[in-house]
Amino acid sequence: MKVSVNDLHKAFENRTRLGIMSALAVNDTLDFNSLKELLDVTDGNLASHIKTLEKEDFIGVKKSFIDNKPNTKYHITQKGKTAFEKHLNVLEAIIKSQK
Amino acid sequence: MNTKQDYNQDLAEIRSMMERSSKFLSLSGLSGVLAGLYALTGAYIAYYIYDFDPASANSSGVETEIILLALLVLVLAVGSAVLLSYKKAHKKGERVWNSASKRLLSIVGIPLSAGAVFSLILFYSGSIGLIPSVTLIFYGIALYSAGRLTFNELSVLGLLQIALGLNAAYFIEHSLLLWALGFGVAHTIYGIYIHIRHER
Repeated sequence: MKVSVNDLHKAFENRTRLGIMSALAVNDTLDFNSLKELLDVTDGNLASHIKTLEKEDFIGVKKSFIDNKPNTKYHITQKGKTAFEKHLNVLEAIIKSQK
Repeated sequence: MNTKQDYNQDLAEIRSMMERSSKFLSLSGLSGVLAGLYALTGAYIAYYIYDFDPASANSSGVETEIILLALLVLVLAVGSAVLLSYKKAHKKGERVWNSASKRLLSIVGIPLSAGAVFSLILFYSGSIGLIPSVTLIFYGIALYSAGRLTFNELSVLGLLQIALGLNAAYFIEHSLLLWALGFGVAHTIYGIYIHIRHER
């Protein structure tokens, strides 16, 4: 397979966004605070990366209330899963081809 | 322009994030050793001091003492596990109460609660001889499923407890010994293994 860096999705160029996708790929849902702890980033930083991924339709949001406090849960969409898997395959192929 | 190292780094971080976010790896191995030692001490006291024999416990009249002893062992074991896991997580800069540990608790919680209620029913209906077997089997089922959410070795320990539990149900006269093997010896060996393999 001929691969080039152009096959890598732009949304995944950023480490934080890559981290969000990795975490959501193996968890059914994660809330904002869990993601924040895992990635060790600020609220604003995480929120903006989440927005980018939401715009791509790679992750979905479910808002609810627990004890009157808002609780936002994120999950990966089918489109997000496909794109993420493709990204992983391209990464692997690039590394192999450069060996 | 990205270099090969960047891509390798990307892959390494993806792998680490997948594991960190879905597995609770702060479960302390040393607490497994402690739990095993508590269980062995408990079984020793039950057998040699209270002269407890599950096969004929109805007539021995020390059931209350045995139940209190069992609860003490349980509280000490769970307490050590929570405390040492908390310390281990703290050292790694992680929180104990995260999405992975919550999932772990819900997965072990159901079989353990069912086993506890079942044991109580056996106790009140006088079938005390089966309690060592029931605790081993339900605990084994809990560990077997928990293995996916923490160290995989925990599943092996779970299978071993189930096997010992089934034996304890058949050989009721040896059930206390089998219980001591499962909760005591197997725990201790598992704890030492995890400590050497993952904590040093």
